[in-house]
Amino acid sequence: MTEKEFDYYLEGQTGKWEVIIGLEVHAQVTSNAKLFSSSSTKFGSDPNSQVSLVDAAMPGMLPVINKYCVEQAIKTGLGLKAKINNFSKFDRKNYFYADLPQGYQISQFKFPIVGEGKVILDMPYGTKEVGIERLHLEQDAGKSLHDQDPQNSFVDLNRSGVALMEIVGKPDLRSPEEVGQYVKKLRSIMRYLNTCDGNMDEGSLRADVNVSVRKVGSTELGTRCEIKNVNSIKFMQQAIEYEAKRQIEIIEQGGAINQETRLFDTKKMETRSMRSKEDAHDYRYFPDPDLLPLELDQDYVDTIKKSLPELPDEKKSRLMNDFGLSSYDASIIISDQEISTYYEEVAKNSDYKLAANWMIVELFGILNKENKEIKDSPVSAKNLSKLINLIKDNTISGKIAKTVFEDMIKGDQDPEVIINKKGLKQQSDPKELEKIIDKIVQSNLDKVEQYKSGKDKLFGFFVGQAMKETQGKGNPKLINDILKEKLK
Amino acid sequence: MTTIAKYTLVELVNKIKSKEISAVDATNAYVERIQKSKKLNAFVTETLESALEQAKKADEINQKDGALSCAPIAVKDLFCTKNVQTTASSKILKNFIPTYESTVTSKLWDQGAFLLGKLNCDEFAMGSSNETSAYGNVINPYKNNNDDLVPGGSSGGCSSAVAADLTSATVGTDTGGSIRQPAAFTGIVGLKPTYGRCSRWGIVAFASSLDQAGPMTKDVADSALMLDVISGHDEKDSTSANVKKGEFLKNLNKDIKGLKVGIPKEYIVDNMPKAIQSLWDKGIELMKDSGAIIKNISLPHTKYALPTYYIVAPAEASSNLARYDGVKYGFRAPGKDLIEMYENTRAQGFGNEVKRRIMIGTYVLSSGYYDAYYLKAQQVRRLIKNDFDSVFNEVDTILTPTAPSSAFKIGDKTEDPISMYLNDVFTVPVNLAGLPAISLPGGLDETGLPLGLQLIGKSFDEQTVLNAAYALEEKIGFQSQVKDWWM
Repeated sequence: MTEKEFDYYLEGQTGKWEVIIGLEVHAQVTSNAKLFSSSSTKFGSDPNSQVSLVDAAMPGMLPVINKYCVEQAIKTGLGLKAKINNFSKFDRKNYFYADLPQGYQISQFKFPIVGEGKVILDMPYGTKEVGIERLHLEQDAGKSLHDQDPQNSFVDLNRSGVALMEIVGKPDLRSPEEVGQYVKKLRSIMRYLNTCDGNMDEGSLRADVNVSVRKVGSTELGTRCEIKNVNSIKFMQQAIEYEAKRQIEIIEQGGAINQETRLFDTKKMETRSMRSKEDAHDYRYFPDPDLLPLELDQDYVDTIKKSLPELPDEKKSRLMNDFGLSSYDASIIISDQEISTYYEEVAKNSDYKLAANWMIVELFGILNKENKEIKDSPVSAKNLSKLINLIKDNTISGKIAKTVFEDMIKGDQDPEVIINKKGLKQQSDPKELEKIIDKIVQSNLDKVEQYKSGKDKLFGFFVGQAMKETQGKGNPKLINDILKEKLK
Repeated sequence: MTTIAKYTLVELVNKIKSKEISAVDATNAYVERIQKSKKLNAFVTETLESALEQAKKADEINQKDGALSCAPIAVKDLFCTKNVQTTASSKILKNFIPTYESTVTSKLWDQGAFLLGKLNCDEFAMGSSNETSAYGNVINPYKNNNDDLVPGGSSGGCSSAVAADLTSATVGTDTGGSIRQPAAFTGIVGLKPTYGRCSRWGIVAFASSLDQAGPMTKDVADSALMLDVISGHDEKDSTSANVKKGEFLKNLNKDIKGLKVGIPKEYIVDNMPKAIQSLWDKGIELMKDSGAIIKNISLPHTKYALPTYYIVAPAEASSNLARYDGVKYGFRAPGKDLIEMYENTRAQGFGNEVKRRIMIGTYVLSSGYYDAYYLKAQQVRRLIKNDFDSVFNEVDTILTPTAPSSAFKIGDKTEDPISMYLNDVFTVPVNLAGLPAISLPGGLDETGLPLGLQLIGKSFDEQTVLNAAYALEEKIGFQSQVKDWWM
């Protein structure tokens, strides 16, 4: 890969602008029960069917921490190469809203469970490290439904109390592209760890996006705006683009940016003001007196650390170092746990490098065309692995393999069956090939003459003739070798 | 019948178990008195019929097991009781009927007690006179000439009901003195256990880091029995302590020879009535008579306890009471939008004292004020706890008066919140430090009103406190002077 240079600068009337972006990602913890109650967290159930007395904030109800959620947060922290804080605390964030039954959200303000960490992004211009400020546990709120009745709003508390991890990133991102990679990488790490399913359309992963702009060359941070609760990568990228241009325009016209919270309108594709800094809530954070501080034994953290699966970055270096994959190929393979599982399945019994090529070029080509995920792949890992082995042992050529593959995608057929049925087996008998080549040489003596007098390019002509004679099944390597011998 | 209602809880349970009296007779004794005692306004909700039904059934099937077998018991209306209205004496929870039972009350019923009803208290337990209740003030069975007196607060319905023999015993809650001060005002025994000794699950929260349930009884032995029943670890309350369950009644012992008793000089306050000082002196003498060793001690941060308390408690309350918003249950006053509905609901649903504390609490937690108030208060709270910790290296218990006065006239302090708050001056340091303390009747003042003595103990050492109180109780020989004037 040729390394490109970073080039996301916005052109204003007064020059080039740089965009500074920081994300607060809210990731729903994969857990059967909520953060402080035993209610189910299943998505898509009937409204208010998963609400305990605690979730509904009945008088006298008390929260009890779900230890599994704590373990999940620790795992995620370790996956972000972050510091796990052996002492953390839960605080109350106080505000009134109809879908917040307690009148406060239990969160971690002063002492989060996870401290500073980092995430590595693979960009076309090289790898980029993005800092993680912290990760803390908090409760989700319920959902207000405004479209059920002309007069009234309804409240669904199924989400109320569901465990979220808020992952606060440093303002290290510089383009919508980087934001996309960052969210994908976070999602990939959490999926490897099974700590968040990352389903953005179910709200399991969403982000508040902080955007500011500054003139290229400036080192000071501009005033930022926070775009609340954006729930797809595409929307994040569109919102950033719009917001950055809006800010540049204001500053270039001599105005100043108001620090404020904004909403992204996905229909009009614009951000608009939700509340200014002056109207910002005073959340009156204070330690929740219903909960003891969370104190973690180092042994416990170490045990979790030992049980972690291989994570994307580690897997990437293994693929590069042990199997010679390029950085680009390896980063595609590790980008998603399902892809990497599929890949391992294909490669372990065939060939790591060929498997990567076949997946990235052929399989993803088909998947992209049909808009499918790897889990819906029309070709099973087992059959792809077989196909690669057939190339490896010279049963078929790479070119023939492509036609076999075309058939395989129509219902996951065994490549061997296709090859036998269609008689596509490679012709690898040197004597047979020699006969064919002799014939070609005899009937094209003029071209042989020209080749020998220096027209090297004619070699391709002979190969082509040999392939034609063998209906494409001739072993290309053997044909090459024999031709070179005969044309000496 | 009247004699049955005068039995202590221990006596009553023994007589029921030995079949000397039936469950129905015992229940009827209380039912009759309750019906003739409306004037005291001790109950918000009565469950007399269901209590009688339970008693009948217990007699029929001869079910007399349990440490509280067939004892009719009314509880403070702060405990959520399944299928029985629970109001916290607030309009905002009027007609709120829980589908669940608090841990503490379910332990009572598990041991064979019957619910007689829910007792009046200050609204959300905020008050020292029971005058902030949305269901009217409670009247003290003691009278000063012709004046009606407050029963103390916030557990005023509890203290009045125990003193007037309307319940065999009760459970109250104590956030800054709400068990001990009303016990002192009505000549009964009130015990605030160590924070974490009894589960808070199912108790309407006032200030979570201070609230603790405890018994209010006719005598010390009854308190020990009640504590045996209601204490214990509860997984549903993260602040509930996983300590060994005591056997307080079994280990109750009058022998306090050699017990080291601390007398804190900081508890001598300005304008303390002579009667209080002489009560205290008498308590000291009687402890000496019992063989205790008296030591003068100092708790230097005592003077900061009251202001600290009135920052910490309202701060927590302002957050705990946010859930009463008209959305999910309880009272709702309509409004044109969500905000107006909140404002109307909370303006009409809460009384003045509750609003005052929500405002104080909101203020001290606000950005810009948090460090100066809430954070500072937490630091002082630590110093107050340290005072006690260091003193308890030298002494086993601390003896003080419970309150700076005897029961006062209804309406006397309602116009002046500060003078009302001063009632808690001897009781709040204990809550801030999370310690156990008991109030027992020490004698009468010059107008014939009961006064209380307080014994404070080490964390989870209720036994020493109970034993010292048991010894002192015998020496004092207090007799109830309640004359049934309202019947």
